[in-house]
Amino acid sequence: MVIWEATKILFALPSYQLPHLHEIALDFLREGAGGERWVWIMAQNAGYTALESLIGFALGGVTGLVLAVGFAHSRWLERGLLPYVVASQTVPILAIAPMVVVWLGTSWFSKAVIAAYLTFFPVTVNMSRGLRAVDPDALALMRALAASSRQIFFKLRFPAALPYLFTALRISATASVIGAIVGELPVGSRFGMGVVIINAAQYYNWRPANLWAAILVSAVIGIAFYHAVAAVERRIVSWSRTVPAV
Amino acid sequence: MASPIIELADVAKTFESRAGATEALRAVSLTIEAGEFVSIIGPSGCGKSSLLRIVGDLVEPTAGVVRVKGKNAHQARLDRDYGIVFQTPVLYEWRTVLDNIRLPLELAGRPRAEREQRPRALLRLVGLQDFAGHHPWQLSGGMQQRVSIARALALNPSILLMDEPFGALDEMTRERLNQELLQVCAETTATALFVTHSIAEAVFLSSRIVVMSPRPGTIDRVVTVDLPRPRTDKTRALPRFFELVTEVRQSLREDAGLAGKPARPGGSGP
Repeated sequence: MVIWEATKILFALPSYQLPHLHEIALDFLREGAGGERWVWIMAQNAGYTALESLIGFALGGVTGLVLAVGFAHSRWLERGLLPYVVASQTVPILAIAPMVVVWLGTSWFSKAVIAAYLTFFPVTVNMSRGLRAVDPDALALMRALAASSRQIFFKLRFPAALPYLFTALRISATASVIGAIVGELPVGSRFGMGVVIINAAQYYNWRPANLWAAILVSAVIGIAFYHAVAAVERRIVSWSRTVPAV
Repeated sequence: MASPIIELADVAKTFESRAGATEALRAVSLTIEAGEFVSIIGPSGCGKSSLLRIVGDLVEPTAGVVRVKGKNAHQARLDRDYGIVFQTPVLYEWRTVLDNIRLPLELAGRPRAEREQRPRALLRLVGLQDFAGHHPWQLSGGMQQRVSIARALALNPSILLMDEPFGALDEMTRERLNQELLQVCAETTATALFVTHSIAEAVFLSSRIVVMSPRPGTIDRVVTVDLPRPRTDKTRALPRFFELVTEVRQSLREDAGLAGKPARPGGSGP
């Protein structure tokens, strides 16, 4: 906060470049067009975006997991599909989002799909690596004990890959929020932080604090998601010594 | 001594790689009686680990016949006749100590009562009853290897395969675990096949020592250890103990073409 205000003074930045922190804080208390305070408008839209992100995160997580298990199971499948998976991530999400909205409509579902689109890739890449990176002796132990391939998967490969999964989910948690917001940008959407950001950007010259407030709220959603994943990770992967503190 | 439990006839193993073929084992024949404790000793690269893994059906031999309890090794593995201990403890870090020992019982689908009681009994056997709920990383290396031995015994296997289980431990811990291993083995009827670098360890533990020479791995000599049992710290001070250690060391040196010369550092252990 000190750095923020110091920067503003040091470079003599006007409010349309960098508003005062108290201006941003006051923006939340300002009444909007409908007579509701902005803190309430933001909260509603943030909740909407958070829900879309959460559904997209779950959808992408499951998709990523299924692909990873498939890849770990069959080199042939990996060779066939991985190039497309990689290609899917090189296309800018901003270009894809309007198409998805056209295909699936402006409902929450299209946003969740876009969030899932950004979520699944880290899960697929990390998890298929995790499923393969099993200690050869741990595998030899399973063989010596005549374990079935099902037992080897559920009692060795999957738990051993959990730290890889959670590393991916941390990345995906923030990416899913970005995906949902990007999905809300195309014309036709009515709720969500993406809509708030678009509107605030249009009125930026007149009321810059509004956009900064929207950015702040969006960041808070992403941070909350990240910490939620980290908390679940600490519970589930409590046996590992390598779980980062935050 | 009863009937033969492990029979190897002309076993050979050649590993193929891009760099070419490596002959790891050539014409290895060996018969082990039920209840024996047989050590395989030899310098690095003599194929002793491969031999152990061939017996356990973890590696396929290129040629030769492996019979275990009158069956082929594959059938013996499916019948869960083996308990195995590796150089590293290979404990699953997401499982507690107790759950690690329970793993073989789960895989074999043993009844609930056995899955509950057997791991606790084994934990007492290796003296770690106070660590049941700990996770592997909270234990020292020696304790982890004790857990690994307890796990190998979970299904009461008729054959215990051990691949340098104490190789990574310090000398003090190693000697103590040697002692404990003999006590544990005395309580089971398992036949032990034990790979090691350490001459003293092999002499202390074994009824017979198989001395191997490298490139390709072949059996050079089999030394019968006629030390009295039970073996204790006093065994290590017997003149016969030193004679046997010397005998095994001599064989290893002849292999390396170093007879009469001092062993290379790190060559053949203490």
